[in-house]
Amino acid sequence: MSIRERLSGNEAAAIAMKQINPDVVAAFPITPSTEIPQYFSTFVANGTVDTEFVAVESEHSAMSACIGAQAAGARAMTATSANGLSLMWEMIYIASSLRLPIVLSLVNRAVSGPLNIHNDHSDAMGVRDAGWIMLFSENNQEAYDNTLMAHRIAEHKDVMLPLMICQDGFITSHSIENIELEEDEKVKEFVGKYQPEHYLLNREEPIAVGPLDLQAYLFEHKAQQAEAMKNAKKVILEVSEEFEKMTGRKYGLFEEYKLDDAEIAIVCMNSTAGTTKYVVDKLREQGIKAGLLKVRVYRPFPVDEIADALSHLKAVAILDKADSLNAAGGALFEDVTSAMYVKEKYVPAVNYVYGIGGRDTKADDIEGVYNDLSEIAKTGKVENPYRYFGLRKEAK
Amino acid sequence: MENLIEIRWHGRGGQGAKTASLLLADAAFNTGKYIQGFPEYGPERMGAPITAYNRISSSPITIHSNIYEPDYVVVVDDSLLESVDVTAGLKETGAIVINTTKSAEYLKEVLKGYKGEVYTIDARKISEEALGKYFPNTPMLAAIVKVSKIMTDEELLEDMKGSFKHKFAKKPEVIEGNMKALEMALKEVKKI
Repeated sequence: MSIRERLSGNEAAAIAMKQINPDVVAAFPITPSTEIPQYFSTFVANGTVDTEFVAVESEHSAMSACIGAQAAGARAMTATSANGLSLMWEMIYIASSLRLPIVLSLVNRAVSGPLNIHNDHSDAMGVRDAGWIMLFSENNQEAYDNTLMAHRIAEHKDVMLPLMICQDGFITSHSIENIELEEDEKVKEFVGKYQPEHYLLNREEPIAVGPLDLQAYLFEHKAQQAEAMKNAKKVILEVSEEFEKMTGRKYGLFEEYKLDDAEIAIVCMNSTAGTTKYVVDKLREQGIKAGLLKVRVYRPFPVDEIADALSHLKAVAILDKADSLNAAGGALFEDVTSAMYVKEKYVPAVNYVYGIGGRDTKADDIEGVYNDLSEIAKTGKVENPYRYFGLRKEAK
Repeated sequence: MENLIEIRWHGRGGQGAKTASLLLADAAFNTGKYIQGFPEYGPERMGAPITAYNRISSSPITIHSNIYEPDYVVVVDDSLLESVDVTAGLKETGAIVINTTKSAEYLKEVLKGYKGEVYTIDARKISEEALGKYFPNTPMLAAIVKVSKIMTDEELLEDMKGSFKHKFAKKPEVIEGNMKALEMALKEVKKI
């Protein structure tokens, strides 16, 4: 039986980590993810977990310590946000290229500057090509569930890649909401023990980790990382299916909400998907065939599946909570439209950059997007595919 | 969303409006509801205006924006009435609950013709009498429960007794005073 609780997103992530009881947690505090290592360190102090908690002096060191621990043969976790992730950046690539299945809880926040502590996805988008599996979470429940599934996915022998679980800073990290927790024993059994194939502390098999890798083989090693990322898709689905058997909560590569018979739809990630569901329900009552595709697995990007799921629409809007500042649309927009082009599925598509630096995403804003989509659906034409919503008018 | 109730709290940093919103979420959760409790984070400092929110419903809540058309507004500090538009978007079928001793005429003026119900409570007097100190959040919690009828008086008292025992495990001497503050507030909140 699941346990009915109420927790913030940060509490949910910390509880998941407690139940996983990793060998090592190395972290440096940064808003809005600070509470995760803070709560976790109390579990360490109280003896509820037997994790080695490394209170490092920077995020670069946090990721370095995780890399060292994981390479030694331990299971390592960390948490960060925004500039913390920026400072990890060098080590983020090293973690994935060394094929170390480290798990990171990323509480999404705007990367400076100017300084801003609130939510957008610019931190996550900055590492989208770093070779990490990236799962996005609509609410505290999904942050918890994704964390429980993380090690099974990352540590799978066909994958062996680090994984980050994203959730929206403050919006879900600091909001108390209902949640269903699983019993400690069930989680322990589900997550299982980490049994690395090759590790530094194995005296039977002395290995070198991270040596020089020049023209002769780096290319092949990168191709292997890419292959592992492809494999991850299948593993994510298998683990999610097993998770559903335990909890009754179903997860795929993405969630389709009233999308089957929809004529217009929004594609988005994290908490905005919840607000979009609220608007979809309202529009459906008015007879408007609105739908939603919520991306859960952003890396690997489910190109074929997303292209298929959107192909019947008359118009689609892709919402980016980070501006790529490239004069060509946000990252999610590029991913979705490129997937559709390659699959030869044409649907008029429009991109909205929104919610930057914590600008609140209102139900009215989302309704405005659906209104625009209704217009686009009528004519099949998109006047300007690169748009904003929620931006102050005088700024334009 | 069935029976969705949305509440907005206005207070000043340090008065416990955020804590009160979390306690309300907790209490409603314990009566079987779906809840959200979240503050609007800004550059918090002692005395600065802060806003916190609650959503309470009998079915799951998916919306994750701030609240723009609340059913209820709670004003923890009446010095905000002239500087913050506390009735912005407040439904006329709803109510506003204010911690104040100001006259009905004054309130009418600063509430800019708000047509819904207006309730007042002297949370300072209650808090000082029950606790010997000024912590307005406990009486305001009771006041909003009474006005919004989210739960019965008994449910609130029973639940808060448990919460206080947990929250004040290290200073049990304040539990009785907080319970007294709740009981007094449930009786003293009045419609003007």
